[in-house]
Amino acid sequence: MEPFKLIRVQDGQSAINATLTAGSKFIAGGTNMLDLMKLNIETPKQVIDINKLSLYQIEELPNGGIKIGALVKNSDLAYHPAIAKKYPVLSEALLSGASPQLRNMASVGGNLMQRTRCPYFYNADFVCNKRVPGSGCGAIAGYNRNNAILGTSAQCIATHPSDMCVAMAALGAIIHVQGVKGVKTIPFSEFHLLPGQTPHLEHNLRQGELITHVEIPPIAYAARSHYLKVRDRASYEFALTSAAVILDIQNGRILKSHIALGGIGTKPWRADLAEKVLNGAIANQQTYRAAAEAALSQAKGYKDNSFKIELAKRTLVRALTTTGGIS
Amino acid sequence: MNPSIGKPIDRVDGRLKVTGAATYAAEFPIKDLVYGVSITSTITKGRVKNIDSRQALKVPGVIGIMTSENSMQLHFPAGSDPSNGKFAEKDLLPLQNDRVFYGGQHIAIIVAETFEQAEQAAALVKVTYDEQPATIGIEKNITTAYKPASGLGGGEAQIKRGDVETAMLSAAVKTEETYTTPVYHHNAMEPHATIAQWEGDKLTVYDATQSVMGVKGLLAATLGIPAEKVQVYALYIGGGFGSKGFTWANTLLAPMAAKQFNRPVKLVLSRQQVFSAAGRRTQTIQKITLGADQTGKLSAIKHATTSETSFVDEFVETAGLATSMLYSSPNLDVSHELVRLNRGTPCPARAPGEAPGTYALEVAMDELAHQLKMDPLQLRLINHADMEEQKKKQFSEKSLKECYERGAEAIGWKNRKAEPGTLKEGNYLVGYGMATATYPANRSASTAKATLFANGNAEILCGTQDIGTGTYTVMTQVAADGFSLSPDKVKVKLGNSSYPKGAQSGGSQVSASVGPPIRAAALGVISKLINLAISDTASPLHGYKEEDIAADNGRIHLVKNPDKGETYSQVMTRQGLDKLEAQAKTNVSTRQQGPPTPAPAGSPEAKAEEESKTNKAVQEDEKTDRKDFAFHSFGAQFVKVLVDPDLGMIRIDKIVGVMDIGTVMNLKTATNQIMGGMIFGIGMALMENTQYDPNNGRVVTRDLAQYLVPVHADIPEIEVQFINKPDTFISPIGARGIGEIGITGITAAIANAIYNATGKRVRDLPITPDKLIA
Ligand SMILES: Cc1cc2nc3c(=O)[nH]c(=O)nc-3n(C[C@H](O)[C@H](O)[C@H](O)COP(=O)(O)OP(=O)(O)OC[C@H]3O[C@@H](n4cnc5c(N)ncnc54)[C@H](O)[C@@H]3O)c2cc1C
Ligand code: SF4
Repeated sequence: MEPFKLIRVQDGQSAINATLTAGSKFIAGGTNMLDLMKLNIETPKQVIDINKLSLYQIEELPNGGIKIGALVKNSDLAYHPAIAKKYPVLSEALLSGASPQLRNMASVGGNLMQRTRCPYFYNADFVCNKRVPGSGCGAIAGYNRNNAILGTSAQCIATHPSDMCVAMAALGAIIHVQGVKGVKTIPFSEFHLLPGQTPHLEHNLRQGELITHVEIPPIAYAARSHYLKVRDRASYEFALTSAAVILDIQNGRILKSHIALGGIGTKPWRADLAEKVLNGAIANQQTYRAAAEAALSQAKGYKDNSFKIELAKRTLVRALTTTGGIS
Repeated sequence: MNPSIGKPIDRVDGRLKVTGAATYAAEFPIKDLVYGVSITSTITKGRVKNIDSRQALKVPGVIGIMTSENSMQLHFPAGSDPSNGKFAEKDLLPLQNDRVFYGGQHIAIIVAETFEQAEQAAALVKVTYDEQPATIGIEKNITTAYKPASGLGGGEAQIKRGDVETAMLSAAVKTEETYTTPVYHHNAMEPHATIAQWEGDKLTVYDATQSVMGVKGLLAATLGIPAEKVQVYALYIGGGFGSKGFTWANTLLAPMAAKQFNRPVKLVLSRQQVFSAAGRRTQTIQKITLGADQTGKLSAIKHATTSETSFVDEFVETAGLATSMLYSSPNLDVSHELVRLNRGTPCPARAPGEAPGTYALEVAMDELAHQLKMDPLQLRLINHADMEEQKKKQFSEKSLKECYERGAEAIGWKNRKAEPGTLKEGNYLVGYGMATATYPANRSASTAKATLFANGNAEILCGTQDIGTGTYTVMTQVAADGFSLSPDKVKVKLGNSSYPKGAQSGGSQVSASVGPPIRAAALGVISKLINLAISDTASPLHGYKEEDIAADNGRIHLVKNPDKGETYSQVMTRQGLDKLEAQAKTNVSTRQQGPPTPAPAGSPEAKAEEESKTNKAVQEDEKTDRKDFAFHSFGAQFVKVLVDPDLGMIRIDKIVGVMDIGTVMNLKTATNQIMGGMIFGIGMALMENTQYDPNNGRVVTRDLAQYLVPVHADIPEIEVQFINKPDTFISPIGARGIGEIGITGITAAIANAIYNATGKRVRDLPITPDKLIA
C-alpha cells in the first residue's frame, strides 16, 4: 500500500472542498476501497473519511417514494420496514449480497461505486485495461467464467458485481449528487458506464462529486417484486446470474414490468427488451420465456461463460414465475 | 478412576485460542524484529535479468533487499524424509540463482523496520526478465507424461496383480470412464509464516510447520550448521492440511535474511503468495475401468492416473493407491503418470491420493451398480475385501460392513429410488448417494519424556505438534491415564524441536505414533515411583512387589487393599525429590519394512531407546507381531441432496459418515476431525478449484473471494458416528489416525447423490450449476 493522508470531514461541503487535493478518494465502509488499496489497485494520496456526514436517514417522501442517505448501511436499508414492505426486491437484493458483517459496514454510496470482481483486475501480475488503461484485457482470452455477456467491449468484459444496483436499476432509482458546482441528480440508467474504449471509466461522477442520496421513486405495485440470485455457493458469493423483477399484474395480464439482470452485464442491466415483451402480455410461462429470450438476445458468450446465457434466461423465468405466478 | 481416553473432554487449548492468547508463528514478540516481504516472479519461465530496487531502497525504514545476487549460499539437503526435513522443491532452494520455474516464485525479499514500509517498497521494485516459453496445461502436454519410479514417501506408484487385460475380455459387465479433478489449495487459515533470529551462531525459528523436527533438520542441513544450534518452535498452528508438511522457501528465507541484515526477520506469505509458493493438490485425470460378472463381482480393476508436478521436484498424487486394497478383485492394474508443468510443486493435501482417488473409484462403482441395476450398497458388499489382497495380509481390524449398515439407516437409504430423477420435494429433485471411505493407518517411531513433580502435577514433552487437530488434548488424556492422574494435573508440551523427537503431523499418524511413547513414559515414571516406595522403609508399601501395587488418581496402593498406600507427593517429598522423569521411544513403524533403524549414538533418542529397554509398556508394544497385518481405517459416507434442475443449484440436505478408526480417544475432537474432512469434501465436490491462466499458466484465482470454500449456509446437518472398536495391533491405545479419512469417499457420495437426483453424471469436479444445466 502507498502511504496516504487520511482526513475526516464533518459535512458535505468540506468533503467536496477536500477533493481539490489531487489524488483524493472518499472512503465510507471501506469494504471495497481498503482491499483495493492493499493491492495497490487504488493508490489515493488523500483519503477522505465521510462517515461523520449526516447521510444516514431513510426518509419516506410525500409522493410515496423513499430517499436514502448515501451512508445508510446495507443491512439497515434491507431491514427498514418501508423498504421491506414497499420494495421487497431491494431488500432481497441487499440481503443476498456479501455477508452480514460486510453488510453492516457497506454503505449505499459505496455499493454503487464498488468495482468489478474480475480476477485479472485484482491480480497485478496480469494485464487489465481497467486497472492499467491500454495494457490489454487478461480475461477475454483467459479464464472468464465469471465475466459478462452483455455490454461487453473488445477492451473489457468485466461484470458490475453489485446486487443492490440490480434492484435499483429495476426501480429506476435517482442518484443525488453534490459537487463543486452544487447539487444535481443522475438517473440510474445513466450512472454506470459501459466499458467501450474506456473501461477504467465506470460511472458518471466527476472528481469531487459526492453521492448524498439515492431516491427510489414511488411504484405502487413494487410490493410485488422479487430478487433471485444464482451462485456457486449458498451465501457470501457474487452472482453467476440474478434477476430483479417488479410486476404490475391485473386479471392475469401484465400491465407494467421492471426487469433488471445481474452477474451478466458490464453494468447493472435494465432489461428493457424483456419489459417490451412482458408489458401487456398474459402472465404465463410462454410470456416469461419469451421475455427471457428477448432479454438475452444480444448476449455474447466467451470461452468459459457461455452457460450464463441459458442460466440467465432460466433465472429470469424463475423470478417471473415466483413473482407473477401463472395464470 | 475411570480412564481419561474416551472421554469427550474440552480442548485444553480452546480458551487460549478463542481469546487470542495462543501464539502462532508470526505472533511472537521479538525485540528489534524487522519485516520481510517477498517479491515473486511475474513470468512463468525464464531468468531474472535485473532487479531495480533504487526507488524501493529510498522508502523510509527500508533496510535492504536480498536477491540471488547477494543472498547466502545454501547447502543441498541430503534426505527427503519429512520427519528429518524435506524441502518441498529440491531443485529450487530459494534465491540461489536467477532461474524462474513458475509464476509466483520468490525472487527477492525486501526487509524494512515495519511491515507497511516493506510492502510499500516491494511494490516499487522493478524486475525485468528474459522470458522463455513455458510448459502450460496438463492436457496440452500429455504426450510428455512419464511413469514415476515411486510414490509419496518412496511408496509404490505402479501396482499390479493378476492379468487385467485378459479378465476384462471376459467380463460380462464393464464400465470405463475418465474422471477429472482440478487443482485444489489447502487454504489453511494461517498462511505460511516464519520468524528467524540469530544469536551468534545459534538460530531460533518460529515456524508454521507440521514438523518442528523436520524444520530443524532441514535448516541445519541447508544452512550448514549443527542441528544443536537450531531451535524451532511451532506452539500453535492454524491448520496445515499437508501444506506445511514439507518445508517451503519462507522457512529458509527468513533465517537467510536475518543473517544478512543482522536483525530478527519475520516473513509471512500473503494469501496470494500461498497460492503459488506453498503447494497444492494436483490436478488429476483418472481413467477407471471396471470389469464384473452378472452378479456384480469384480474381476478386474484398472485405475490410471495422470497428474502434474513441477520442474523442480517430483510429487505424485497417488490416486490409485486405495484402489489396490479397497475391493476384492483378482486382477488389478494401478498406474500413475506425471506431466511436468511450469507451476510450483504440489504437495500432500488432506488424504493425498485417497481424496481424488476415492472420488473417481467410488463414482465408477456407482456407474457399475447402475449398469447392473443393482443397489450401489449391495455392490460394495459383494466386493468387500476380507483381506488386503495386494499385500496378502489380514486387516488389523475392519468393521466396514457395520459402517455401511449404520450409515444406510441414518440417511434413510431405503427411501432412495433406483431410477434417477424420480424423487421430488417441491422444486427440488432428491437424490441419495453413498461411497466407501478409507485411509491407511500409519504409525512411526516416536519419543517422549514424562516428568512427575513433587506437587503431584505432571508434564509431557514431545517434539511433535498440534496443527489444530486436538493433539494437545488427546495426548493430555493419554498421559493422564499413564500417570493415573486427572487430565487437569497434566501439562503436555509440544511444538519445540528440543523435545524428544516426535512424529511429523502428516499421514494421520500423530496419535498412533506419539500416544504409545507418551503413555509408556508416563507409566515408566509411575513404575519408578512404585519402586522408590517399595525400597523405602517409611512407605506403607515397603517390601511389596511392583505387581502388587496399582496407581490411581495420584496415589499408589496395594491392589488387594486400596486403603494401604500413599500419594505420589508423599513418596517424592519423603525422598526429597522435586521431580521424577522417564523417557520412552517406541520403534514401531507400519510403513517401514524390516527392523527399525536405531537412533544415532549419543542422540537424545538413543538415550530414550536405552531406557525403553526396561520399560514394560514399550517392550510389550514393540513385541506385538505386526508383520502379517495391514493397517487401514474405513468408513461409509452417505449423502442426501436436493437439486434445483432448472437453475443447477445444489443443496446438500444431510450427510452421514460412519467411521471405523479404532478407539475413539475423544468424541469431540474425533467428530471435529471427521466433520472437517467431510466439509472439505463438500468444497471439493461443489466449488473449490484453482484456475490457471490458459495463456501464461499463472494462478488467476488466488484469494478467498475467487477460490470458494464452503460457508455455513452450504453445510447441512452432519451426522458422524464411530464404530469405536480398539485396534489392538496398531498400539496398546487402539486408535488409528483420523485426520484424513473424513475427506475420502464423501466427494463421490455427493456426486452419486446428484446423479441419483438428476440422472446427470458429472465426471469433472467441481459440480457447479453450469455443468448441471448443460
Ligand atoms: C468478500 C466480499 C463479498 C462481497 N459480496 C458482495 C455481493 O455478493 N454482492 C454485492 O452486491 N456486493 C458484495 N460485496 C461488495 C460490497 O457490497 C461493497 O464492498 C460495499 O457495498 C462497498 O461499500 P463501502 O461503504 O464499504 O464502500 P468503500 O469501500 O468505502 O468505497 C467504495 C468506493 O465508493 C466510493 N464512495 C463511497 N461512498 C461514496 C459517496 N457517498 N460518494 C461518492 N463515492 C463514494 C469510494 O470512494 C470508493 O471508491 C462484497 C464485498 C466483499 C469484500
Ligand atoms: S475484463 Fe475488464 S477488468 Fe477484467 S481483465 Fe479485462 S479489462 Fe480488466
